[in-house]
Formats: sequence, C-alpha cells, structure tokens
Amino acid sequence: MTRAFSGRDAEELTLDRLARDELDTDDVRIHPDTLETQAKVAERHSNPQLAANFRRAAELATVPEDELMALYEALRPHRSTASELAALATRLDENQAPLCAALVREAANAYARRGLLR
Amino acid sequence: MDKQRVNLDGFAHEDVGLGLVAMMGPNDPEPSLVVDAGRIIEMDGRGVADFDTLDAMIATHGIDLSVAEEAMAHDNVELARMFVDPSVRRAEVIRIVAGTTPAKLARVVALLRPAELTMAMTKMRARRTPSNQAHVTNRLDDPLLLAADAATAAAWGFREIETTVPVLADAPSNAVAVTIGAAIGSPGILVQCSVEEAMELEMGIRGLVSYAETVSLYGTESVFTDGDDTPYSKAILAAGYASRDVKMRVSSGAGSEVLMGGAEQCSMLYLESRCVSLAREMGVQGVQNGGIDGASVAGAVPRGVREMMAENVMVMARNLEACTGNDALMSESDVRRTSRTLPILLGGSDYVCSGFGSIQRYDNMFGPSQWNAEDIDDWLAMQRDWGVDGGLRTAEADAIGPVRRRAAEACRDVYRWLGLADFTDEHVELAVDAVGSKDLGDPDPMVVLGAAQAIRSSGLGSLEVARALQECGYDEGAARVLAMLTARVHGDHLQTAAIFDEQMRLLSLVTDPNDYAGPGTGYEPDPARQAEIDAIRQARGVEDLRADQAGWVTDDLTSVGPAAQGSDPREVVIGLSPGVGRSVWRTLSGLTVVEVLRELLAGLEEEGCQARVVRVNRTLDLGLVGLTAARLAGSGIGIGLQGKGTALIHRRDLPPLANLELYSMAPVITPTLYRMLATNAGRHAKGATPVPVRNPYTDEAIEARYHTSVIALVALERACVDRSLDNEDIEVAP
Repeated sequence: MTRAFSGRDAEELTLDRLARDELDTDDVRIHPDTLETQAKVAERHSNPQLAANFRRAAELATVPEDELMALYEALRPHRSTASELAALATRLDENQAPLCAALVREAANAYARRGLLR
Repeated sequence: MDKQRVNLDGFAHEDVGLGLVAMMGPNDPEPSLVVDAGRIIEMDGRGVADFDTLDAMIATHGIDLSVAEEAMAHDNVELARMFVDPSVRRAEVIRIVAGTTPAKLARVVALLRPAELTMAMTKMRARRTPSNQAHVTNRLDDPLLLAADAATAAAWGFREIETTVPVLADAPSNAVAVTIGAAIGSPGILVQCSVEEAMELEMGIRGLVSYAETVSLYGTESVFTDGDDTPYSKAILAAGYASRDVKMRVSSGAGSEVLMGGAEQCSMLYLESRCVSLAREMGVQGVQNGGIDGASVAGAVPRGVREMMAENVMVMARNLEACTGNDALMSESDVRRTSRTLPILLGGSDYVCSGFGSIQRYDNMFGPSQWNAEDIDDWLAMQRDWGVDGGLRTAEADAIGPVRRRAAEACRDVYRWLGLADFTDEHVELAVDAVGSKDLGDPDPMVVLGAAQAIRSSGLGSLEVARALQECGYDEGAARVLAMLTARVHGDHLQTAAIFDEQMRLLSLVTDPNDYAGPGTGYEPDPARQAEIDAIRQARGVEDLRADQAGWVTDDLTSVGPAAQGSDPREVVIGLSPGVGRSVWRTLSGLTVVEVLRELLAGLEEEGCQARVVRVNRTLDLGLVGLTAARLAGSGIGIGLQGKGTALIHRRDLPPLANLELYSMAPVITPTLYRMLATNAGRHAKGATPVPVRNPYTDEAIEARYHTSVIALVALERACVDRSLDNEDIEVAP
C-alpha cells in the first residue's frame, strides 16, 4: 500500500472523493517513506546516486515550500557566508535532514576554496 | 550551388582557444585517477587541492571506486568495443563506466564511428520503448490555443509536453492550460513549463507540472556560476523536485560553454562528459543533451554532429535517461537536419527529440525546433520507411478537430469556473481552427497575465484543475489529471526514463528495461504499434484507386460490337487497353480518358483522317494494343492508349516493341500533346511529314508520386484482360 503525504491510502484517490471535495493537496503529494522505497529501487538498478537524491528528497518532503526555496537560494553562488551555510547545516541537522546538511557542509567547503561565498 | 540552403548555415574552422573543437581537443586532460585511502586525490590530471566545484562533486559522489581501477585500466578501444559488442550485456558496460572519469568516458565514445554510435544507442539506452517529446507554446501564451495544441500533440503520440513562455509571469497559466489540453488528449502525458530555475521549482512544488527539465548544467565552473548556480545548488534543486514528486532531468550539451566564452580551451565532448558525470553524481535520473541551445555551434565544427550523438551515448552509458537533442534547429537545410537526426531515430532513444515543435515554427517560444509541425508527415514517412518507432503516429484531421474543440472548451470552462478568465465562444472557435497564434487576432494580453497571477496567488494546483474539470463535466479529463496525481504519489515515475503509456502503464528502466543483445532482441514495435507506424494517411491501395476511378464514370463510351478490319486508307484506329471505359476513367495527368479521346479524334479529323476507336481486350501491353489497332486500321497506322494515359503510334508491319512515337510521361501529357500525337498519326497515315514532338520533361520525383497509382491502374486493367473476347468498336459520345 502506498500512502500519500497526508497518510491517506493512494487507493482512496477517487473521482467520488474529488467530487465531494474530500481530497486535499497533501493527499496528492508523495510521502517520505515512498521516496525511501524508491531509493531502494534505484539502488537495485545500479544508481546509488539517484538513491541518495531520493533520500535527500525524503528529508525535504517535510520542509515547507518557502524554506525549500530559501535552501536553494542559499546554495546559489555568492549568496551565503561561511557562517550562514554552517548555520543552515545545523538547522537541517536539527530538522532530521542530515543528508541535506552534509551536502550544505560540502558545498560550504568547496565554496570557501573556490571563492563562491558571499 | 551557392543558393542551396546549406550555405545559409555557418561553418567554423576549428579553434581550440575558443573551444571550437568537437572531440579529442589537444588541451583535454589525459584521463587519470589516483585514489588514496578510499578518497580520490587526483582526477583527470588535477590534484584534489585544485578541484573546482564540478571536480569536487564528481570525485566525492560519482565514481564507483569498487570498479574504478579496473575501468581506468581498460584500453579505450577495448572499452569502446564493449559499447557495440552484443555479447557484452548493457549492465556490464554500465558497471564499468561507473568507474570512469569524465576524460576517460569522452575518449572512449570519441572512438565510436557513426554506425557504432547508432549500435551503442540501440543497446545502451535505458528504456526499451522509444518515445518523443513535444514543444507546445505560442507567442500570445493563449491558454485555449495551448490546450488545443497540447491535445493535438497527444493525438500525434507525444508522451511529454514541454511548454514555456515569452512572458515569464504567464508561466502558471501555461502550465494549467497545457495540463488541461494534455488530459483531454490522452492519459499519462507528462507536462512541464520551462522557465527560470526558482519559478520552475515553485510550479513544481505547487503541483502545476509533473516534470522539470530546464535545470542547466555547464562543463566549466566559470560558466556554471555565470548561470547563477553551482553543482550543489543544482543538487538541492534535484532533491527539491523529487521531494514534491516531480520527475526531473538536467539540460546540458555542446556549445553552451563556447557561447558563454568559457570553454577553457577544452573540446565540447570533454566538457559535456563533465556535465553528464555531474548529472549522475547529483542524483538526477536523466539528461537532455546533444547540443540543445548550442546545437548549431556544435554543428559548425568538423565532426560536430557526431559529437552531439556521442554526448547522448555518454548519458546512456551512465545509466541515465537520454533526451537526445534534435531540439533547437541546427540547419536551414532539410538534408542536413535529416542527416543529424536520422541515426538517432534509427537507434532509438528514450526521447528522440527533446522538443519536437508540434506547433508552428513562429509559435515556438524555444525558437524553431529541428523538427516542427510541418515536418510531421516526413517524420511519419521516415518511421515507416525504416520500420522504426520515433514515437509518433498518424492523427486524422477528422479526429483532431473534435479533440481540439474539447480541449479548448475544457480550458475555457475551467478558467471560468476557477475565476481565472472569461473567454468568448468566438475565441474558442478561433483556437480550435487556428494553425497558429496569428489566426487568433489580437487578444488582450492582460487576460492571461491576470489568470497567471490568480493561479500563483491562490496557490492553485493540479488537484484544483482536476476538480474544475469534473465540475465542468469533463469527467474523463478529471480522471486523467487525478490518475497522474495518484501515480505521482506512488513515485515510480521518478525512476530513470519513466513515461506513462496511454493505458497509464509506467515504462522505465525498472519496468521496461532495454534488453537489446543483438539481432532478434530488444525493442520491436508490437503488431498494433507496427500497424500505426505503417498506416500513414497517404498510403493507397487498389481499392482506393478503384473508388477514385469510379467517381469519373460517364456513359460517353459505348461498345457497339466486334471490331472488323478496316479498308479506308485514311482510317486510323485508336486502340484502348482493356480497362478503359470499364474500371479506368481518368489518366494520371488528370484528364479523363474521354477528354483524351476527344483530343485524339479532333487531331485526326484536322488531318482529314477517318477515326475509329477499338477496345483491345486480350492484352494490356501498350505495344500490342497499338499494333492491334494498326492492323485493324485501313491505313495500317494505329494509336495505342492505356488507361493511365501513356500513348503511342504504331504501324502494322513493325514488331510489337517497336513503334513510331511514344508518349511515355503520362502524368505530364497535356491536351495539346494528345492532339499533336493524333496529328502525327494522321500524317503517318497519309505519308506526310510528322511534326517533331519533344516528350515533356520534369525534374520532379514523378515516379515516386505516381508509381503507386500506376501499379493500381495496371491491376485494374489486368482484371479486365480477357483472351476469349474479341476487339470491340467503341462509340465516343460527341
């Protein structure tokens, strides 16, 4: 059984429920557990990097829209200082997003070396 | 020769300094890989301290160290052979390539010659079943036209539709309009709206699109950061899309670094190899490459077209979905753009075109595509000629009309129901019938902008679109939008090379893996798909021609009994082949046989000859028909006329295959020529001097155009041959 982000069984996404206005945006949004399942599939098909991306995605699935946009913005070149990226990584760690935190720390190192910090 | 369209194209000398070199540039690094304590400390000649952000990302996430030593030790030629050797499984090539550096893979694929690239593509692409993607855009961002054109693209068989905007703020409206049109056209079509990264992500998050593609990668750090991104920001973007169940691929391709002046003296193939490595390392499932916006830059240098195909093969070898360019128009020459695309069409690709402009060229807001709406018949003919699947099928005009109407009406109704805009019935009519946006008049641009702003500010997504479709009575469209949303909850479409077929079956590397291993294996169209490929609308058979001919039947030719030997020395007999006036009534030139006969009779009359028309029932050979006529004629001169319009003058003492004059180019024989033929027959009969007649000439592919008809006409005539029947006199109504 696949559950949507809201916890609703994907089998329940029917036209009848749509007509009764019973479906909500979170009912048609992927659940982090599903992304983990897809990560395992990707691993089995010789793509560990795709799997890693799905696991980062599972972490981001619970991140609100504006924070997600802000995370992307923070990683663009010359947007953040070293300490801002460090703080961002800490926040991600605190919010159960260690894989994304690790990516931000990796970026911070590379940016410092390559002059891409603010 | 200078006037040939190929001379409108720009061709450049190789210039290493500018990066104008396709492959194997003299400054491309030697492949190298040094690993120390499980960490890469040197890659492609560069030490870890000097790694730029691209190197760092590739070295940290990309290279499979368990196979790297083996992979890097392989001789380049030996590795290249693995790409084409059917006895080496695809999985084995994937395993080895995972251990190669960018410089190594670029050198390997540079060794593949064109036919080998086609073989490699056949074997290495991820998905077994090939597919194709359409661009659906217009100059006005007109929602009704977008919806109608999306439905048309679905009818033609495209499984992904990419839209974009001339006006950035219109983007949410375009995404909604194309989603509606696609859902009216077919289940399971993936939709994206290509705009600036942040805006595109926002639409992805909101559920307005089901895939994203405009996530650009570049092969040098300077160009990457000029594009206002880094490999890390792109990696987060990739995770962000997956977190909202949006399928994603990145875009790269030769020439972009050259255009931005940042190629760092490297070849296009090497820089693209870095992009492909990065794509894999970031964890995206696929790449659109093969030139793309830089296709004409690649096309300008020697071996540039080959380089673009090699780019695609690198993507496949890194086990990613390949959306294989053939996107931006790279030549003004039809010959040259066909040459660029054909090997990929033959090999088969996850998406042959990463944007076939299914709309008019002027409406393509990505710029004109390599292939556009006006080329669809050519594409279908090429598929049929080679028996390959380029993703498209024939959509009959009488099927497209209703689906366009339904899409435009659905879009109008949904926009009204959601309070986005109110379009008039007249606007619907114009959109349904429009060839392109020029046929829409001059609608108010503020309407679209207002709708887009309303979508954006209300946070409206595909769920609301499904609900609106349902409320407006489009249950099937609503069901299709909901089915796509449901599929996204399952997430299988995030796997490599995923598309949905028209039964909403998911085809991907996981569910439909390419199993090519030599002749007799791999993808073959199933019988139903083969029938679609074969059945182009122009194809004709004998029955079609019989029906055409039946439309020209008259009662102007009457059989009046057996034909006797004539005695009047001025008599010329016109012999008709057996089908004339029975099943064959119209010649290839468009003249009816009666019109031809009247010209012949008039010509003979002008020469003062007696004319008689005789149908020869025992043979359809024109020489024998003419000779039979000549032998019946008092003068010993006969004219032979076949139903298709070929004619000759014969004399009773000549062998059947000799004749006096032959008018063989039936499709271009005019009434004047028939009359001159008769004049000359009359002069032969009288012993006078005939006028010299030049056979008409044409440089058109006259045989290609008429052979199908000729074969069918001959079949009709053959059915009328009856060796037991005598020749019969025919009366032609005046």
